[in-house]
Amino acid sequence: MEDWLLTPSQYGSLMGGARATVQLLAQAFALGVVLSLIVGVGRLSERRWVRGISFAFVEFARGISSIILLFILVIAIPILLQDVFPWVRGQPVIVMASIALGINMGGYGAEIIRGSILAVPKGQTEATIALNLNPTQRLRYVVLPQAMRIILPPMGNLTIEILKGTALVSVAGGFDLMRVTSNLEASMLAGGVVGVTVLYVNVLVIYFVLAQIINGLFRLGERALDKRFEQREGRAALPITIAQPGGG
Amino acid sequence: MSDMTQTEPTADEPDADAPTGGAVSFQVAQDHKWYRRPNIVVPVVLVFLGLTMLAVADTPTARFRSEFAPPGDVRFDWAYFFHLVPQMLQGLFVTARATVLGFLIAASLGLVLALLRRSESRWVSYPAVAVIEFVRSTPILVQMFFAQVLVRATPAISLNALVILFIVVGIHYATYASEAYRAGINSVPAGQWEAATALNLGPLTKWTRIIIPQAVPNVLPTLGNYLVAAFKDVPIGDAVLSTGGVLFMANAIRSSDFRAVEPYLLIGVGFLLVSLPAAWLVRRLEERISYERD
Repeated sequence: MEDWLLTPSQYGSLMGGARATVQLLAQAFALGVVLSLIVGVGRLSERRWVRGISFAFVEFARGISSIILLFILVIAIPILLQDVFPWVRGQPVIVMASIALGINMGGYGAEIIRGSILAVPKGQTEATIALNLNPTQRLRYVVLPQAMRIILPPMGNLTIEILKGTALVSVAGGFDLMRVTSNLEASMLAGGVVGVTVLYVNVLVIYFVLAQIINGLFRLGERALDKRFEQREGRAALPITIAQPGGG
Repeated sequence: MSDMTQTEPTADEPDADAPTGGAVSFQVAQDHKWYRRPNIVVPVVLVFLGLTMLAVADTPTARFRSEFAPPGDVRFDWAYFFHLVPQMLQGLFVTARATVLGFLIAASLGLVLALLRRSESRWVSYPAVAVIEFVRSTPILVQMFFAQVLVRATPAISLNALVILFIVVGIHYATYASEAYRAGINSVPAGQWEAATALNLGPLTKWTRIIIPQAVPNVLPTLGNYLVAAFKDVPIGDAVLSTGGVLFMANAIRSSDFRAVEPYLLIGVGFLLVSLPAAWLVRRLEERISYERD
């Protein structure tokens, strides 16, 4: 059994790397969710140009390889756009990398959100029109809460895919769990390659555990959501109170 | 298989349901089996042939390479951009071929994994589930590093980088494919299983003549999606194992010419030019097959 373990100090640095990976994932996830919402709703817009732009974004984000997108954003974009947006010059790799992963997630997430909005029964939209809610209120208070139950399971899978994508950042020069692993590998090579195999087995297990944690969190979210819906059904006869249309 | 063998008037005809009496019997009834309909089989076969040719062909050499001195500054330069196209195509070819060969492993191993997972013995199905879940939720990049180190640590095995890439991509996507096969097998109606049992068919006949032929049309579009996904993951091998694909080509140009903008943008464009039509084809296939089943 001991053959499969590393020293405590090595586990210490791996944990530091795991923290960096989780942070990177959180940034990419935040951007990805925002992009998915905007683009997913944009794909169902009444305006043709909004639909066109959203479609182009989705096709781009889903069609390109995430590692190539990462290299473009980390290496090419800072040089290409340094005159137009001086901001991109000298950004840390992690920032550009989270943008790349966020774009990637946004493309897939937009399709999830579009599909689940379409799956909400049409009568709900008609009811909001009858209640004279504006489109933002319709989305915020009626359609999205119901779409949420359909969104969560595929969103959990997508988040795990993005977690797997964070490992690419090390190749482009960012700091994460894989970067720590490569550094450890370099220091371990003197002890022979067998130890390095053990190192990678451990890293794979760490990624697996992270993925299972994400999976569990999404399961919890689903359960909480289901509970809320069950409560609603109990007072279905009452009109659902909507927080002051018009914002007060 | 009763619903598969009956010849019914095609659904393409708008008035197929109209009570036209004997007129219906004169039109050529299109076969309901998906693999006998040319509008599905011909594209599938063509794509398959194209992929096979890709897999067996030699890597082309970039013939139009010319000595081209890039301009001194790092601004984007169109002439330099276009002069990289032949090298990019060469890299794209390597990437595409690695995808096809890797996916061959994935498609066959995936079926094996799916069958193992369905096994009635827990001693077989639980380990299969564990392997599938573990491989699916760990990054392919780490798996590539792991495979590389494992090959290095085992004196008995010596594989070159491309073979390691095929195997890793194959195993990684086999776990995805096995889920697709599982869904496809589960979608075969229970009556078909019962009919096979009632007819006293052996397991081999049951699987090869009844279950798999009906499961395949459901699985094909999903497999196509995973083929495109695998194509997007193969460039990771360029960064880890230095296989000569698109990303390797861009990295090499970056270190030889000290220009980073053009090669990366070019491989991005080249990549989209392959993956978008491929994804579109898969979507068409999906629509056609789901139309067939309605």
